[in-house]
Amino acid sequence: MPQGTPRAQSTVYDVAIVGSGAGGGMAAHQLTKAGARVVLLEAGGYWDNSSAQYSAMLKNPWDSPRRGASTPDRPFGEWDACIGGWQIPGEPYTKAEGTKFDWWRGRMLGGRTNHWGRISLRFGPDDFRRKTLDGLGDDWPITYDDIKPYYDEVDRLVGIFGSNEGLRNDPDGIFHAPPAPRYYEHLIKRTADRMDITCIPARLSIITKPLNGRSPCHYCGQCNRGCMTNSNFSSGNVLILPAMKTGRLTLLTDAMVREVTTGPDGRATGVAYIDKRTGEDKLVRARIVVLAASALESARILMNSKSSRHPQGLANSSGVLGKYITDTTGTDVAGFIPSLVDVPRHNADGVGGGHIYMPWWLDNRKLDFPRGYHIEVWGGLGQPSYGFMGGIQNYPEGGGYGAGLKQQYRKYWGATVGFSGRGEMIPNDKSFAELDPEVKDRFGIPVLKFHWEWRDSEYNQVKHMQETFRALIAEMGGEVWSPMPTKEQGYGIANGGAIIHELGGIRMGASERDSALNANCQAWDCDNLFVADGGPFVSQADKNPTWTILALSMRTSAYITQQRKAGAL
Amino acid sequence: MNEMNRREAMQHLLAIPAGMAIAPDLLDRAAAHAAEAVEQHAHEPQQAQGAAAQPAPQPRPAYRPKQFTTDEWRLVRLLADYVIPRDARSGSATDAGVPEFMDFMLGENAGMRTWMKNGLGWMNAECRRRFGTGFVSCTDAQRREVLDAIAYPKKAAPEVQAGVQFFNSFRNLTASGFWSSRIGAADLGYIGNRPVAQWEGTPKAVMAWLERNTK
Repeated sequence: MPQGTPRAQSTVYDVAIVGSGAGGGMAAHQLTKAGARVVLLEAGGYWDNSSAQYSAMLKNPWDSPRRGASTPDRPFGEWDACIGGWQIPGEPYTKAEGTKFDWWRGRMLGGRTNHWGRISLRFGPDDFRRKTLDGLGDDWPITYDDIKPYYDEVDRLVGIFGSNEGLRNDPDGIFHAPPAPRYYEHLIKRTADRMDITCIPARLSIITKPLNGRSPCHYCGQCNRGCMTNSNFSSGNVLILPAMKTGRLTLLTDAMVREVTTGPDGRATGVAYIDKRTGEDKLVRARIVVLAASALESARILMNSKSSRHPQGLANSSGVLGKYITDTTGTDVAGFIPSLVDVPRHNADGVGGGHIYMPWWLDNRKLDFPRGYHIEVWGGLGQPSYGFMGGIQNYPEGGGYGAGLKQQYRKYWGATVGFSGRGEMIPNDKSFAELDPEVKDRFGIPVLKFHWEWRDSEYNQVKHMQETFRALIAEMGGEVWSPMPTKEQGYGIANGGAIIHELGGIRMGASERDSALNANCQAWDCDNLFVADGGPFVSQADKNPTWTILALSMRTSAYITQQRKAGAL
Repeated sequence: MNEMNRREAMQHLLAIPAGMAIAPDLLDRAAAHAAEAVEQHAHEPQQAQGAAAQPAPQPRPAYRPKQFTTDEWRLVRLLADYVIPRDARSGSATDAGVPEFMDFMLGENAGMRTWMKNGLGWMNAECRRRFGTGFVSCTDAQRREVLDAIAYPKKAAPEVQAGVQFFNSFRNLTASGFWSSRIGAADLGYIGNRPVAQWEGTPKAVMAWLERNTK
């Protein structure tokens, strides 16, 4: 039970949503549009990218004495639009012995939609039925056809650029025109074509023509600083602030949720939270609760929502809470490309991300790992800032100083390219989260303890990434600086959580025996409780999850609206 | 910069074809940004001109480092300019304010402060071992002997590995500070950080260069 006495307020909202990222923002937008009175709780502070008070767009590096270097609450650089990080003071998490796991949490309006590459890929038909196809993991209780109308609607509402390619498991969408490749991307594309690696325009949630009152991209390359013109997707500016114009959305920031409260009948009655500004325990009451605090934070809230009706935590009669969690597999390789030395200067900023990418292009039946990965590319002539061309000693001259060194920086700038592999992990029973029996955060809320294990299915896949990227660089006439990581080094696999695509832990399913949620992301054990973040995911796919979180949240919101109208909720 | 040049610069920065929708407030901010940049550049030629036409500039009050001792400050300024000296194209690391940038960063990060102080100490110790005196009071040839020993990691002797590691990081930090300065970015020829109405892709001349280079 909460420490202190939550102060009940007289208002009963139609819906309380916890979390303002992609899933929470979409639910708030759709439910207020349908007429519901909604309260949205966010653990961090207010944020509005439109304002120079928040956005650092178009700053010069010399505008700050730090030159863009990281700060404690901006680990990706002082101008990154996301407040949060791998560690948040007073909000620890723990790891089982031997576990390597990193957990990035955002604490701000819009959450981690302020911190991502806007890569927006639909899951394909195969991604919902992997167990049927290869016997591993589980099938989703829904198919691509069930979610397709919502992907279409997300495309129209939020906006995305890309190209229709007719690839079977990388479905097309309703795309704005993609930007033409940068100089090094032309070279990569040509190289990939020669190697029969599919290479197509990127699919990013950045608009290239006006949409719903938002201006198109102006190509400053600084999406991660918070776009003042709202030309890219962030939940705060594209969903939540517009939803507030309905007059039906109440936003509570600095509201750290402790638990979902339930009544004697076991149904949800609202959420208990700590007002971080005063330290007071408070309560909001609602007829329906939607959790969208991020897959793992929502699982934690549910585990902490214990009652006599829900002794193992809420939505956990199956015992699957915290289980079947996955992250994207990842590894990166960079190389020096001699033919790009002394590239003629031009504006290569473009959008804030790659203009091309490589979807999974091979047949796993001919490989020693079961699932695919996509490839992201980087390089170019971006704005110089902290960290500029670090490791100059890796270039052919091997280091140096003085006039010769100064010339090296000039000629080698823009002659490096990099590849990042992002692949699908299979859920396994050694990778899960549970409540730490002892450690609590500064609010007195028990914290998560992580257990993590990669399997050969992931290691072999990452090995294949490394080999592919090295082959690409060699084919470009380039030179890779780092030696091929060994098996003992895990072939360079990133820690669990490090790619910031954690999913599962509150998975949906066809049966209440082995899932927490039904096909509508509604808790089997509590019919007025829904989850609208990455928690319901049954499998990871080799795609970034945000577009599917948005589509699922939109679908869940439609279901809630329909049930309300029918009087069922 | 005269008024005409300034107007041209503004027009160049803000050229938006008719029919493109870009938020008016963005243009306002970009205009303010550009005006500020133009304003700042306008002062540069004056400083470069001879003293005859201008009253002698008041010497700026000397910067007082917060994280370095007086001796360390002398050494760090010297070392930064050995890494990035003035040449025909641009100024040196100290011209670009790199030591002041380092002083700021050290104030932000205790680990970096310890690393820097240990590294500067290593430089002095190595000079004393070789020449009986610290880096600052060595001759240019003596300093270069030490730098040559540590600036090329693959050729460096095992005895100077600590110096190699320090210098790798010192070089990185100097480059961070220099190339992210106004002087450094101009030297690089960075073109960007501005609203572009229509992304035209890679310019034809660059594509032609790419074709020639990557056959």
